[in-house]
Amino acid sequence: MTQGAPAPEALALQGPVTLASLAATRALLDKDGAGRALDLSEVTVLDTAGAWLLASRQMAAAAQGSAFAVAGATAAQALLLQTVTDALSAAGPSAVPRRLHHHAGDTLADLGKAVTGMAIGIAESLGFLGLVMARIGRTLLHPSRLRLTALIHHMHQAGLNAVPIVALMGFLIGVVLAFQGASQLRQFGAEVFVVDLIAISILRELGILLTAIIVAGRSASAFTAAIGSMMMREEVDAMRVLGLDPVELLVLPRVLALVILLPVLGFIANVAGLVGGGFMAWVELGISPGMFRTQLLNNTDVSQLLIGLIKAPVFAVIIGVVGCHHGMQVKGDTESLGARTSRSVVEAIFLVIVVDALFSIFFAVWGI
Amino acid sequence: MTAEPIITIRKLTNRFGKTAVHEDLDLDVFRGEVLGVVGASGSGKSVLLRTIVGLQQPQAGQITVLGTDVLTADPAQLHAVQNRWGVMFQDGALFSSLTVRDNVAAPMRERMGIDAKTRTALADLRIAMVGLPPSAGDLFPSDLSGGMRKRAGLARALSLDPEILFLDEPTAGLDPIGASEFDALITALQKALGLTVFLVTHDLDTLHATCDRIAVLAERKVLVTGTMAEMAHVDQPWVHAYFHGPRAHAAQPTTGTD
Repeated sequence: MTQGAPAPEALALQGPVTLASLAATRALLDKDGAGRALDLSEVTVLDTAGAWLLASRQMAAAAQGSAFAVAGATAAQALLLQTVTDALSAAGPSAVPRRLHHHAGDTLADLGKAVTGMAIGIAESLGFLGLVMARIGRTLLHPSRLRLTALIHHMHQAGLNAVPIVALMGFLIGVVLAFQGASQLRQFGAEVFVVDLIAISILRELGILLTAIIVAGRSASAFTAAIGSMMMREEVDAMRVLGLDPVELLVLPRVLALVILLPVLGFIANVAGLVGGGFMAWVELGISPGMFRTQLLNNTDVSQLLIGLIKAPVFAVIIGVVGCHHGMQVKGDTESLGARTSRSVVEAIFLVIVVDALFSIFFAVWGI
Repeated sequence: MTAEPIITIRKLTNRFGKTAVHEDLDLDVFRGEVLGVVGASGSGKSVLLRTIVGLQQPQAGQITVLGTDVLTADPAQLHAVQNRWGVMFQDGALFSSLTVRDNVAAPMRERMGIDAKTRTALADLRIAMVGLPPSAGDLFPSDLSGGMRKRAGLARALSLDPEILFLDEPTAGLDPIGASEFDALITALQKALGLTVFLVTHDLDTLHATCDRIAVLAERKVLVTGTMAEMAHVDQPWVHAYFHGPRAHAAQPTTGTD
């Protein structure tokens, strides 16, 4: 520092002293500016960033006892410098850096939080499922409470609009099964059993399972996002203070729409799968549609279809309840809406697969 | 008042379906002034603001901001203009995944490529300038009250040292004390930073406290412009009702607007 030295002549800054020219100005001050007064009379533009640079230098110098003067500022520039200096003194020392260190106990704490969070989540989901069931029961006793318009609307959205994708998916699954089955069964000369392979795997398992997975992706996310944004806009709170039951108004129509239409979608996927499989068997193995039909009717019982479809309402309840429950848990910010939406899809698909496995074990034990 | 127009709008037409919101709307905003835009709900105040900043494509018309025709400018020219204006949305519109400090620093990072240390220091400076406590920088938008969110939104709008500041209903939803503090803040910042302010508001107190000139939007165009004092003598029914209603009397200034 230049304490005691005779005041050197003022350093004249030139041109714009702005955010864009910040680096150049700083370099100039670093090189040449120590302890010298600044002359701003040739500065064309001074913005907050420039003023911040000058003011923070001035304050730092003052703190070290070598204050320097700033001269030649226009009235507007002087006002800006004063405003920035005031704000800087109000801001105080620059903020403490955020704690980024990882402590040994953190992992354990995170694990504990995750476990308790999961337990609470399961308990809450079960509670919500019970609530929905109770409301369904009440609606059965008083059918006039059912919101028919909303129900039809959701049947349209979640059911009818899903038909093309579900049918296409079923068709392609049938094609794939026929193709793979044909190449394996041909080794034994048992090509004709490809019909049984297609029929049983699609009717019992794949048709309804894959339909449920597609609907979980489509509708669980849509339910969470729709109810979640209503939570964010306080629409759900508005319902509550009006004495309306959000479960009855928002959740029931969605869940019931799925319960009614998921079996239908599953049936459509089954038919499309059989058509796809039959088509591929015809093209690849030369099994004519008539032969396919005969083999199908002889060897595959209608109970296979029923075993598949009986799972549909259960899957529908899972998808609807998970989607709506996550929607109801959205907090005020957009971040939680996104997090809840993705969690609801993952959870719905996961639970559908778990329950499907439980069904398989159940049917196997009972020998159905 | 200097007579250099900084925003020029000519023959602007905005239509949504069959309803015309603006038809042949003309408006000038001059450098260094605070222009208050008022009008009934649905008269297209916010649409006008959104059209100027490029969020709404008009059916016809010409908008010149800082010498650039923003409707026909190529992306590079538009970028240059965008660096010279700041917009504060009604509820702040802060990015919810960033802290307040990162919100304020975001334009500097994305548009100017300023280094991290300077960014943080400048962001803290803006946060202090809009009257937020230093601790607010570490908070997330969801932790802030409505008034703080508005201040943080203002800090972000000021991040690039704009020449023009667009404010959409800055005092809506604030308590009267908070609202007049915000008015004072806008006036102080406007003077210190030499800003031109385009302010959409319903708030008569804000008009009294901050605006040099007022533009009234009605019948799909700018019906009249003038100072607060001139507004008192306009005969148009809506303008008369607005500036002579019960709320207007309550909001009479104790000192004249300068």
